[in-house]
Amino acid sequence: MTLAQEIKHTLADREILLMTHLVLGYPSFEVNREVIARMVERGVDIIELQIPFSEPVADGPVILRANQEAIAGGIKVRQCLEFAAEMAAKHRIPFLFMTYYNILFKYGVTEFLDKTREIGVRGLIIPDLPPEEGADYLAACRRLELAPIQIFAPTSSDERMATLAGHGDGFIYCVARRGVTGAKTSFDKRFTDYIARCRRATDLPLAVGFGIADRQDVEMLRGQADIAVIGSATIRLVEEHGPAAVSDFIATLR
Amino acid sequence: MKTGYYGNWGGAFVPEILHETFRQLNAFFTEAQADPAFWRQYVDLMGSYSCRPTPLTFAENLTRRYGGARIYIKREDLNHTGAHKANNVMGQGLLVRRMGKTRVIAETGAGQHGVATATMAAKFGFECTIYMGEEDVQRQRPNVFWMEKLGATVVPVTSGSRTLKDAINEAFRDWVANMDSTHYVMGTVCGPHPFPTMVAWFQKIIGDEVRGQIMAAHGRLPARVYACVGGGSNAMGIFQGFIDDPGVELVGVEAGGKGLDTGQHATRLATLPAGAPTATPGVAQGYKTMFLQDDDGQMLDTHSVAAGLDYIGVSPMLADLCERGLVRCTAATDTEVMEALQLTMASEGIIPALESAHAFVQAFKEAGELPPDQAIIINQSGRGDKDIFTIAHAFNDPSWKEFIRSKGEEYTP
Repeated sequence: MTLAQEIKHTLADREILLMTHLVLGYPSFEVNREVIARMVERGVDIIELQIPFSEPVADGPVILRANQEAIAGGIKVRQCLEFAAEMAAKHRIPFLFMTYYNILFKYGVTEFLDKTREIGVRGLIIPDLPPEEGADYLAACRRLELAPIQIFAPTSSDERMATLAGHGDGFIYCVARRGVTGAKTSFDKRFTDYIARCRRATDLPLAVGFGIADRQDVEMLRGQADIAVIGSATIRLVEEHGPAAVSDFIATLR
Repeated sequence: MKTGYYGNWGGAFVPEILHETFRQLNAFFTEAQADPAFWRQYVDLMGSYSCRPTPLTFAENLTRRYGGARIYIKREDLNHTGAHKANNVMGQGLLVRRMGKTRVIAETGAGQHGVATATMAAKFGFECTIYMGEEDVQRQRPNVFWMEKLGATVVPVTSGSRTLKDAINEAFRDWVANMDSTHYVMGTVCGPHPFPTMVAWFQKIIGDEVRGQIMAAHGRLPARVYACVGGGSNAMGIFQGFIDDPGVELVGVEAGGKGLDTGQHATRLATLPAGAPTATPGVAQGYKTMFLQDDDGQMLDTHSVAAGLDYIGVSPMLADLCERGLVRCTAATDTEVMEALQLTMASEGIIPALESAHAFVQAFKEAGELPPDQAIIINQSGRGDKDIFTIAHAFNDPSWKEFIRSKGEEYTP
């Protein structure tokens, strides 16, 4: 089953799916391991594994610092791949890589995607790789049946959304607002109109991320989006209360 | 060739949130480029506000000293705000006005581009925020003082290595939130398309001028043209005057820092000694070029006595010209730079910026090899006297230290 089919299948039982995010190696792979186990146990549907990069331009302060501390702690791409392989083998939910293009470019785009496929990670989110720059990447993803997740933004025109949707698979990641990750989002009429535009542009499921931090935010998305993406909020939670706090937090979200 | 590429380098690796902003920027820029009135307006502004055309000075004493080619210095230091940065910034200011935006943001390393942008914002009535690495804020206090007095908000950047590259990242983070009102005034010929093309277009005013000036002064084209290379904007500016002249050798001089075998430098294009880790192709900060990075693609720390050259990447245009053998790239160490600076001051009464002094180093090494009927041009991209704190510190000057100590006491309650 493709990732998109699998998501649609799960949506038959659940009104909205949860996708969570963590930065690999931050604060450590041990903590990552525990956090993921708790997330899966509490019903998280998809997990984004961010491979740290030294210049994460699309990320706000929380994820930025997590990236930098992971790198300062000596975390290597090879270790991230090994850890992802372990998680994909152990847990049945889909895992995705999130990272910046230079990580793939340095590794070799084809080699990286072959490896992604081999270890059972289902797709990738690369925020600094627009389709115009990613012809090789998109072709290799298609060949390997990996989902090259495309991103919509409130600033994307209808025409642009159609182009992006044509290159995408798995689902579309709809950035909820202007700005970087980790700040508050207001779900007003403009947001609803934006999501309606997203919906018209694609048959793929819609994930909404940026500023989704609690149950109230997830409630707001119910009926509009298919997947709620929780990013900085869990990183902040683990920093403040440790990995054990993740179980209760996830349980309250939906 | 693909849009926005220079050979194998360049591109526009921008997050989707900025796609529309870049589409508009490209449209406005293309329209301005095609409008002769826009260029005239730019040249007039630079004439009335920034001392253009800047002179080409014959360095008689240095020429005599080396006994070879006639040494000419293109005086970009005489621009308003003291560096070639003004060219790009005033040009982008006109573009911002054309786009109807009301706020500008910029990154700065040494502070030159920040001061220039704050100056432009004051003149045009724009709001202005400058991102500057915390380490640079401390190194370049006088420039921070001027930016604030000019009305800009200076934001110290505390992430990463707290230098120029981190300031660029923060400026992007501001831009993705505020693109409706705000233009990002990129300071150099780097970043996503159309920035390299745009900045090079404004900076070509240097090359346009100097070509006529050397013909008037020397009667023929120069044998070589030297320019320091950080991001590469002053180099691209002057090189464009001679890019189609096979007889003119273009020489870019990068920061050799503490030495090319030490790993503490910002040399991306010049050949390093065997075994030293070299820059490799990569994609970061929105474009593809040669970056100083590790095997995983994580960017490394760089070092130079000149903050304006202390950067991990380099213009994709220069990466291409270098790859095609049209520009020769070399490097000068911190020590060599201080010697060349001292010599230029004492011989000609001219104080180059630390960045510009890199170009002088290489010119001095080679001037004697050339016959006296030939000429070379050094692009003096900026002036050094306003960096008195940095230069005095680099000279380790005892009486200056004493002065600072006594000033410190004066301000101690």
